[in-house]
Amino acid sequence: MTAGATYTPIATTTFSGGTTYTFSSIPSTYTDLVLVVACSSAALETMILRFNGDTGTNYSWLRILGSGSSASSLYLSNQSAAVGGFMDNGQYVNITNIMNYSNTTTYKTTISRMNAPSSYAGAFTSMWRSTSAINSITILGDSGGTFNNGKATLYGIAAA
Amino acid sequence: MANPTMTLIASVTVGSGGAATIDFTSIPSTYTDLCLLTSFRSNRANNVDDIYITLNGSTSSFSNKYLQGNGSSASSGSVARYYGSCPAASGSTTSTFSNDLLYMPNYAGSAYKSFSGDTVMEYNGNPAYAALNAGLWSNTAAITSLSLSMTGSFVQYSTATLYGISNT
Repeated sequence: MTAGATYTPIATTTFSGGTTYTFSSIPSTYTDLVLVVACSSAALETMILRFNGDTGTNYSWLRILGSGSSASSLYLSNQSAAVGGFMDNGQYVNITNIMNYSNTTTYKTTISRMNAPSSYAGAFTSMWRSTSAINSITILGDSGGTFNNGKATLYGIAAA
Repeated sequence: MANPTMTLIASVTVGSGGAATIDFTSIPSTYTDLCLLTSFRSNRANNVDDIYITLNGSTSSFSNKYLQGNGSSASSGSVARYYGSCPAASGSTTSTFSNDLLYMPNYAGSAYKSFSGDTVMEYNGNPAYAALNAGLWSNTAAITSLSLSMTGSFVQYSTATLYGISNT
């Protein structure tokens, strides 16, 4: 059974090294986007997201984290990227939902579920202070780490 | 444009006799990711029961980190094979069930298998739980079966639905 045209792969890439990847020419025909990144990295670092190549301090984010022994939360404004989760030397998976990504009226918000089972469980919310439609998403580590042994896939979800 | 994809693999609804386990077997390797959506209640004589995952019949080489809120505080811990929590027979409001989501990318690949789990257990009483769950099975085998179990048994009307998601 196919559950309707609501979870459509837009693009995918396989990683065996490489420090960044850009999903470009994202069509505006969906309502929401889902980005799934499942890889490993050499060391623990933050996986950041940039929209439409914007490297300005136009992002803010909040996180909740569990380390296996304690819980914490952090908020930072005027950042140069959104956050999609953590990368670590275990096999991790970060799942980011980007809502209403193609509208040209509102700032864009995201929710990311971060799963780095060797390090942390948690979630990030991010905001990009731009009314532009998102037409590209770049993923990279904030310390320049590599994406190994995995994949990244961008899906589109249509409300109708 | 690629084809739409979120395809039902199998669905289970527990009958009147209850069930000690919920099993998905012969999972095809034709998808990229798996998504499991569940709603559970336990017959355990407690107000909550924890649910555990078994992959390919294995209960070893699992690790976990979870972040949990109980309505008054947040905490974190590690419980191998932890999948989620659900209301149980004693102390939780009748007819309340959990709501859980498991996402497992690259389940048929040769890398270790990581998964993301969200679970909520709320029964109009205290404590209630919401948890974010990061799990890892340190095994390179493709996943062909998935089982869920708990201290008690799954009661009637518990449901589990497994979907396959393809990236092509």
